[in-house]
Amino acid sequence: MSESRVSLPALVVAFAKIGLMSFGGALSGWMHSEIVTRRQWLDETDFLNGLAFAQIMPGANVANLSLYIGRRLRGGVGAVAALLGMLLPPMVLVVVLAAAYEAVDGVAWLHRFIDGVAAAAVGLTAMVGLRAARRVERRIAPLAAMLAVFVAVGLLNWPMVPVVLALTPFSVAAAWRDVHADA
Amino acid sequence: MRDNPLLELVAVFVPLSLVSIGGGPSILAGIAHAVASRHWMSEREFIDLFAISRAAPGPGVLLATLVGWKLAGLLGAAVASLALFLPSSLLYDVVVRRWDHHRGKRWHSALELGLAPIAAGLILAGAVVVLRTGGGEPLLWLIAAASAAVLLWRPKLNPLWVLAAGGVAAAVG
Repeated sequence: MSESRVSLPALVVAFAKIGLMSFGGALSGWMHSEIVTRRQWLDETDFLNGLAFAQIMPGANVANLSLYIGRRLRGGVGAVAALLGMLLPPMVLVVVLAAAYEAVDGVAWLHRFIDGVAAAAVGLTAMVGLRAARRVERRIAPLAAMLAVFVAVGLLNWPMVPVVLALTPFSVAAAWRDVHADA
Repeated sequence: MRDNPLLELVAVFVPLSLVSIGGGPSILAGIAHAVASRHWMSEREFIDLFAISRAAPGPGVLLATLVGWKLAGLLGAAVASLALFLPSSLLYDVVVRRWDHHRGKRWHSALELGLAPIAAGLILAGAVVVLRTGGGEPLLWLIAAASAAVLLWRPKLNPLWVLAAGGVAAAVG
């Protein structure tokens, strides 16, 4: 790992581009093509290690992955630069969009249009959820945990934080046992 | 309750940050619940912000930024974003530097397998909660189902087209 090969401004620009060019939340794919394929700042194994880790830790996967790549390339400062580069431009843009929308508020068809966009975005989210569900092991414990979380949070409207805190240890313990049994 | 919206944002988003297992989409239900139970805004306004956050580029969790903005302007946007990104980022950074990849292998597998069902359940719950917030009109359920089906059929399709088609369908439907 040749540190300081990548300059900080180049790092910020690369991550700003990733943040601004990606729609629908599929940023990790973009990150791979920009960082590994195009710029070759990181090799495949290193990137996949970071991604696997970003996925098991709390936090937006892309935020975690930015931290990981930034730290690999330029240490602690690099981690902060990558995260801010990826987040700040889309943040500014989304607030500008929301303010613009508020300024033209009251147009009836625009409300209907937004309702439709929101519904389609729900479909997008459901797709991500279904893909995640497909990766769940076909065993009683994980399927029960998935169903319990869905029913409690989605249908019964129970608060999310206590539900997750109660069910996660159970699910991880069951997985730990299964990993052991398979080993 | 209304006197310090910034503290309220911190109280909601810091815990959500630390349980955002499976990334951004998993806390959608948590954000929707908080907005509804704390009467931060009308359902109409929440749906507007959700749609805008998904039509804009960047990670999907920018909904949190917009909720903060709605509540307390630019300072609110900054506080909500920090409250959501800082705790999980610090935790990630600390753990990733101490994690021994070799020794941690079994832990990694157990966490990966054990967290996957929690994440899947949360993301699907988020989809249902937002759809119900939108009033649960049959046309909107149909648009949501059709969008999911289209993406299942063409996973590489730019999601912007799907969002635009959903908007047009609702406007003329």
